[in-house]
Amino acid sequence: MNQTATTPKVITVHGRKVVGGRAEGEALVTRQTISGWGGINEREGSVIELHHELNGISFAGKILVFPGAKGSSGWSAYFHMCRLNGTAPAAMIFTRMTTKIALGAVVTRVPAITDLDGDVFALIETGDYVSVDADAGTVTITKGGR
Amino acid sequence: MRLTDQERSLRDGAHGEARARAMDLLIRYGEALGAERLVESRNVAGAFNASTPSVRHMADDGFDRVFSELNLDADDVVDIPHMAVPTCQLITGIDNDNYELQGVDPGLAELQKQSEKYLGRRGINMMCTCTPYQVGNVPVKGEHCAWMESSAVIYCNSVLGARTNVEGKESTGAAGLTGRIPYWGLHIPENRLANRLIRVEADVDDMADWGVLGYFTGFEVEENIPAFDGLTHQPDLMKLKHFGAAAASSGGVEMYHIPGITPEAPTLDAAFGANARPDPIVYGRAERDRTWERLQNATDRKLDFVMLGCPHNSIEQMSLVAELLDGKRIHPDTALWVHTPRAIRQMADRSGYTEVIEAAGGVVMSDTCPSISRRLPQGVRVIATDSVKQAHYLPAIAKVQGWFGSVQQCVDSAIAGEWLGKVA
Repeated sequence: MNQTATTPKVITVHGRKVVGGRAEGEALVTRQTISGWGGINEREGSVIELHHELNGISFAGKILVFPGAKGSSGWSAYFHMCRLNGTAPAAMIFTRMTTKIALGAVVTRVPAITDLDGDVFALIETGDYVSVDADAGTVTITKGGR
Repeated sequence: MRLTDQERSLRDGAHGEARARAMDLLIRYGEALGAERLVESRNVAGAFNASTPSVRHMADDGFDRVFSELNLDADDVVDIPHMAVPTCQLITGIDNDNYELQGVDPGLAELQKQSEKYLGRRGINMMCTCTPYQVGNVPVKGEHCAWMESSAVIYCNSVLGARTNVEGKESTGAAGLTGRIPYWGLHIPENRLANRLIRVEADVDDMADWGVLGYFTGFEVEENIPAFDGLTHQPDLMKLKHFGAAAASSGGVEMYHIPGITPEAPTLDAAFGANARPDPIVYGRAERDRTWERLQNATDRKLDFVMLGCPHNSIEQMSLVAELLDGKRIHPDTALWVHTPRAIRQMADRSGYTEVIEAAGGVVMSDTCPSISRRLPQGVRVIATDSVKQAHYLPAIAKVQGWFGSVQQCVDSAIAGEWLGKVA
């Protein structure tokens, strides 16, 4: 109870636009990088990597908060197919820039932000309600959901 | 992003709609990266073929539609002209000759063949392998490339000293049509220096050893650039091919340095250049054993399928597999598929290796692999492979149990019909 009282309910952090646009929704947070090809099921929009902490969990429609991409160069193609299948995340917030995540975010065509001025892994938990305004470079976090 | 006059005229449509869409994508992509400019490239390796069930409905509207959507991220369908620079097709989904064994519907196999004709007319070379550097696309040191395929990218940068980031389907389509790619990441010399140090205290000699070290490396350094100290055995193409593929599977490694072996690291000091040398990450016997165990995603020893040749086998590896199978018979309940580029398959045929492998009950596959095609022999529950990369991906993709071991362990196990390899 004390913790709830001392934690601000709404937090805003700033970053750099990768792909413009606005989106909001429930956060899905992982500190582990994600593989595209071989790491996700593009029909369900879920992580399938065996040892991944999100294994079996769907990111469709979520604000995906993660360090970035790893693995095969099929990364962009698989997230591109998620967009075509309607299973893409609503927005991407990531911390490590690579060609895979940059191209992937561009072709997924969802708002994407990086270079944030706060530790998003400390500030955002799965289930928090998050608004992303990539053009303005802002991420607004409502703790504990809406 | 800063554009040249030529790039602006490409963007503005002076060279046709397709090249304008390509330049639009490269600009969106370059700006997402934070790149200052583009760089010219005359060596593109990408994935263009229409060979999966998911693109079939798109291909019904014509191959221009497939290329426009999947290789250019365009909003509309544009006529695709001849590529502006040399471009090749990497691994694809279907073996044009063995599609029935793969369980591919003949209609889909025919679609791939039609797609290849379409792409060939536009100057895309049908190498159809994850290892273009084994079949004639060997960039020279310093050459700017736009390659997909993480195992080929790490080989291109580290072993050949050419320069490429890990590109994707859309950026390679755009690069083929414009001869441009964002000047970012590994195109820039100072970004190619090592920033992690791995001290090898375990013996690393055979192909499996190199694969396991690569797998360990990817987990430890993620997307950083490691330099290695303490490797004592001279590697060859085959070993570095497996090593890089493994490091690119467990992490995002796109470049490494082995002093005295790889071209940008005559010495350990040169590998780090102006970068500070960090504390070493030690790879000893315990780390080796732990990584080996991590590759075993199986409990049942009865073996349904053995997969060899990921990345695609060299002719020396085909020779070795034939030697190990000569006069032997693979267990009737176990399938063995060996994968090699089609150009190398022709050499294997002429050398009699294919005949020996087939006489033992094995199959020589080209153009594809089970992870890319998502196709295995029917009813497979337990697989074994000599490839760290395949051991990493195939259990997740195909929902099977997977063993990893040396090529000898894999072949012996295929003959016995059960996994004979050790767990550690």
